[in-house]
Amino acid sequence: MASRAVAVTGIGIVTSLGQGAEENWQKLVAGESGIHRITRFPTDNLRTTIGGSVDFLLEQPFSATQLSFALARTAAEEAIAQAKIGAPGDFPGDLFLASPPVEHEWPQRVRLDRQAPGQPHTYAGMMGAAAQAGEDLYVDFLNGTIADKLADEFGTKGSPITLTTACASGATAIQLGVEAIRRGQTKAALAIGTDGSIHMEALIRFTLLSALSTNNEDPTKAARPFGKGRDGFVMAEGAGALVLEDAEAARARGATILGYIRGVGEAADTFHRTRSNPSGEAIIRAINNALGDAGITPDDVDYINAHGTSTPENDKMEAFGIQAVFGDKAGDVPVSSNKSMIGHALTAAGAVEAVISILTLQHQVLPPTINHDGPQDIPLDFVPNEARPAHVDLILSNSFGFGGQNVCLVIGRNPD
Amino acid sequence: MTREVWITGQGLLSPLGQDLETTWAGLHDPAAIAAAADTGFLPPFTIFPASLPPLDKFVPKRGDQRAMGPLMLSGCVAAAMAMEQAGLAGAAPEVLKQINLMVGVGGGERDEKVDETILAALNGRDDGNLLAEQLQTELRPTLFLAQLPNLFAGNISIVLGVSGSSRTFMGEEAAGVDAVRVAFERIQGGQADLFLVGSAFNASRQDIPLLYQAGGYLLEDPKRPFWQRPKAGMCLGSAGAFLVIESRESAEARGAKPLARLKAVVNDRCRRDPGQATANAAREWAQVAPKPGCAVLSAATGVGPVTAEEHDFLLAKVNGPDQVQVRATAAALGHSMECAFVTNLVLAIKAARTGKLFPALTDDPVEAAPARDFDQVVVSTWGHRRGEGLALVERI
Repeated sequence: MASRAVAVTGIGIVTSLGQGAEENWQKLVAGESGIHRITRFPTDNLRTTIGGSVDFLLEQPFSATQLSFALARTAAEEAIAQAKIGAPGDFPGDLFLASPPVEHEWPQRVRLDRQAPGQPHTYAGMMGAAAQAGEDLYVDFLNGTIADKLADEFGTKGSPITLTTACASGATAIQLGVEAIRRGQTKAALAIGTDGSIHMEALIRFTLLSALSTNNEDPTKAARPFGKGRDGFVMAEGAGALVLEDAEAARARGATILGYIRGVGEAADTFHRTRSNPSGEAIIRAINNALGDAGITPDDVDYINAHGTSTPENDKMEAFGIQAVFGDKAGDVPVSSNKSMIGHALTAAGAVEAVISILTLQHQVLPPTINHDGPQDIPLDFVPNEARPAHVDLILSNSFGFGGQNVCLVIGRNPD
Repeated sequence: MTREVWITGQGLLSPLGQDLETTWAGLHDPAAIAAAADTGFLPPFTIFPASLPPLDKFVPKRGDQRAMGPLMLSGCVAAAMAMEQAGLAGAAPEVLKQINLMVGVGGGERDEKVDETILAALNGRDDGNLLAEQLQTELRPTLFLAQLPNLFAGNISIVLGVSGSSRTFMGEEAAGVDAVRVAFERIQGGQADLFLVGSAFNASRQDIPLLYQAGGYLLEDPKRPFWQRPKAGMCLGSAGAFLVIESRESAEARGAKPLARLKAVVNDRCRRDPGQATANAAREWAQVAPKPGCAVLSAATGVGPVTAEEHDFLLAKVNGPDQVQVRATAAALGHSMECAFVTNLVLAIKAARTGKLFPALTDDPVEAAPARDFDQVVVSTWGHRRGEGLALVERI
């Protein structure tokens, strides 16, 4: 199918390491960790007490919606400023936002309960208080609100999309933008992944699923993707934003092109709600679909930005999938996980890692997988502990979600 | 590239029935509509609950049944119906890998009893340590929809084996419209061939109605005329609705019969300053260009003043050269939020195929146009707060 090349002309990023591409890149190549003790709520009796929360954007208290919006806005401002596209408040394209689902949190429930005119500690009582409780209890907890506010602020066009494919969401946002540009529906798209949802219930729910690392002692050592002793992911917050453009249109307006989204691929796993098929079928299919979409072979891939969550299951299956697709040459392709440093920013991860992939292309340096010491049980090159200069033209960026959604992107320095 | 898009399967659960035919019959029966309204579940508000059919036919594995609450089950059942009608139920893995799943849903499977237990323990205090202790004691180690709304789609993939892709859109009414719109655009643009697309909503809850009541949107007096209600004008209704849509080439290649043609799906948003929603709808109407004399199934929510604005827009279409016939389905089914648009699309299939509507659901002049046959049905969806969407379904 004839399709248009899609360029990236602006990037923005916020992670637990800091705000902006420059600060994040410096810390990533220095192998710094953004993981720290959680102070947002008491963790005295919790099994996990660490995270990659972003504590520098907003004054407490705030809801997940408020922080997710602030993260998305900050990243989008940076990306749009770099792209120099449109006019302030008039972005000439669609918005695709990956953001976490929202609902009332405990502070809101307690607030409603306190105001209940009768039937204390019940939903019926809260219902009696709701209409007078304040509109923030409604607007801030609609799933469409973050995108709606971003659409107002940046003046994006059309109906803004809010989406989730769990931990693949950020990559899906980019994929939707790429598809819209390829079919000629829009010349530009703003793709954002954001997640500011480290609150107590979320942390406890992931704990109950045994998904989180409990290596609390030294937070910076907890995320150990592909390493021995990895015991779960570290919840994190952040946002990544990309201005995507029809490459021809971008060149015509004299934009600086940072890289290209060369291929997108996806596959759903029908095996189990949290585990991937032991055959790796969907992971392999998603990678192959992305390579096929880009019109390249595994031999063309210079580096893999892994999903690499640091859970025993994901990393085993991802390494297996890479070995299956890349065969004998799997050991020659460097693979690293940004999550070793920034934690797992869940809904935002795919977009954050796409931004880091663009930075990798620009700097021709591979960010490391930190906390990679001791004997290895997987024979791949994980770029252990230290950043490495390299010639990088084509990057495969993987995102695999709980619930079986797998999305892979091929990001390139050149249009073809 | 512009390709023709066919609807080849539909599945519907509504307060009036467990499939399209029963729902359609119910829409002709004032007694059935009156019986569908429940004023006892969430007083003083009215909701329209829906019941699930026996699950074994649609979700054969008990483990799968247990893994889902009513919202996810409604979606799964409607999706299974649509797949069966399209001739895709139990298809070979090679076929299932070609099917893309698109859904537009919200949250809504919290354990409300657990929430109440924890609220009682907290007794109005902001005590983080006590909350931590309570959550760790009371929550169960299960996957949770508000944490992973993509589980709605994930469960459909697991039960029906659909594995091409899986994308979940969120954001109230517009999420349902955009799920269908993006699928439509991808087919029309030659990017994909075959989609299972839909939504569900469960009104028989307290957490989700609480959210809308915090906005002041729930209707207390159901006798208020539908089209002229105040802001507090919405009755929530449960639903599950799915479609199989595909390129004409795909349907013909696999010998699937079309139920109807999906001619257009468009959506936009505005800040809802006076007249903005009307301007969006007028632009979309011009873009979609339905034939004069077509039917309009409106997913108007009942929320004022936007429902009155939509009323005026449609009344001009009734009285002007367009000579349309309008029905507001929420008057009989309640408002199913993310699922409202897809529910009306399923009803539009029946209307387009028969060329006839069910009787007026309100006494308003907007629904009083004389009956005449048609072969095109417009589905109009103005969200209660945001989003103005339009689709056109046509008889083949």
